[in-house]
Amino acid sequence: MNAALLLLADSRLPAGGHGHSGGAEEAVRIGAIQDLPSLAAFLRGRLATAGLVTAALAAAACELGANGSSPDPETSRSAWVRLDAEADARISSPAQRGASRTQGRLLLRTSRRIWPSPVLDSLAGAVTSGVHHPLALGAVAAVAGCSPAEAALAAAYTSVTGPATAAVRLLGLDPVAVHRLLAELAPALEKVAAAVPTGQVSRSGEGEEAGRPPRSEKSRGSGEAGKSRESGMSWESWESLPAHAAPALDLLAEQHIRADLRLFVS
Amino acid sequence: MGANHDDHHHAADPRGRALRLGIGGPVGSGKTALTAALCRTLGPSMRLGVVTNDIYTTEDADFLRRAGVLHPERIVAVQTGCCPHTAIRDDIAANLDAVESLEERFGPLDLVIVESGGDNLTATFSRGLADRQIFVLDVSGGDKVPRKGGPGVTTADLLVVNKTDLAPMVGADLTVMSRDAAAVREGRPVLFTSIREDPSAHAVSEWVTSLVSSWAHEHSGV
Repeated sequence: MNAALLLLADSRLPAGGHGHSGGAEEAVRIGAIQDLPSLAAFLRGRLATAGLVTAALAAAACELGANGSSPDPETSRSAWVRLDAEADARISSPAQRGASRTQGRLLLRTSRRIWPSPVLDSLAGAVTSGVHHPLALGAVAAVAGCSPAEAALAAAYTSVTGPATAAVRLLGLDPVAVHRLLAELAPALEKVAAAVPTGQVSRSGEGEEAGRPPRSEKSRGSGEAGKSRESGMSWESWESLPAHAAPALDLLAEQHIRADLRLFVS
Repeated sequence: MGANHDDHHHAADPRGRALRLGIGGPVGSGKTALTAALCRTLGPSMRLGVVTNDIYTTEDADFLRRAGVLHPERIVAVQTGCCPHTAIRDDIAANLDAVESLEERFGPLDLVIVESGGDNLTATFSRGLADRQIFVLDVSGGDKVPRKGGPGVTTADLLVVNKTDLAPMVGADLTVMSRDAAAVREGRPVLFTSIREDPSAHAVSEWVTSLVSSWAHEHSGV
């Protein structure tokens, strides 16, 4: 249990999240969300696809943030760049990639003032164009003392609460009824968080492969990362992170960004 | 952005940067008209940028381009997700980002105007976002509004009461408004305008000009 997790998952965290609807604005516009049942269906679909992927990436980032610090800054940075590329590869829609990087950049920037840390400095320096949102979330979670499973839960949670709130604002849906929907989704949220791999990785220990940075092994005890548990995160484990796609969300994002009148950023 | 780009994660440093001026007030009071007037009047002598939280369509951008108020590239729209007060007060990240991206792209600037999306009397700008703020009311909102107060009316650096030309039509007594505003504002300035009759908003422009030069002087970065 971690109080910092509450701060991180709170919609009041001033990182610009309130401006994003996760596709809900466009879904409302085309009539795909118009009442509670259609909102419920949208949220379940989103959680099972984008939510799962973002949770897994957040957990991986939390793992890296907690254990992946290397005394060589280049090694740390290249690990972040690699994980960011894994996130990038899992988002087909350019509009969604943009929204993810914007939200990630603002979250990281805000969090560096709330939870100052060389880990976050390293991440910011590694991906200067704006790190993907789940990486920022996971790294901040690590710095705030949360576990990868907690980071996954926070990511899954915000992947549905954002769109739900947007639907309340756009349609005037009864907020209590919407919160009931979210409460009914809670078991599914927990399942997603429990399903993501967290540090359970086989390590071959076979020397470095040509062209790949070395795998991070036991943490070297720099600063607060003096934990003795093995990090175990290897590139192979990242490749097998969930990559569930949601074509409907991709299309909604691409349509939304071209709309003349947008109340939400994405 | 290059590898040496400062992502501004530190709290805003006032030295050497543009003055950030918030313009808030209820819907329809004349914020956009005032913003346009300031750009038109100050544009020739100052390096400007505008961030608008108002709903901004391509029609608006085209209008501004035709009116020659400010190059549309210097106007950035920020969508507030139906929460105009949140975006200027409780969670300013997106607005700050827009201001800084303007400075990065067109800087150094003298003045960046942040126009809020139009809300009620309780919505004011965070000091983390706006260095100074103008609150715009209009007479057709009723002559009792200044007496009611609210943080925008009482604490804004400048209160503008616009649309004075409409006062007779809506039964608004400007003397009452002036007296009430002075009483709640404890000496802070109030200006009565009709931007429709004076599209240069010359009194407000003078106030802003003097503000910008004293800001620049105080925060010269030396």
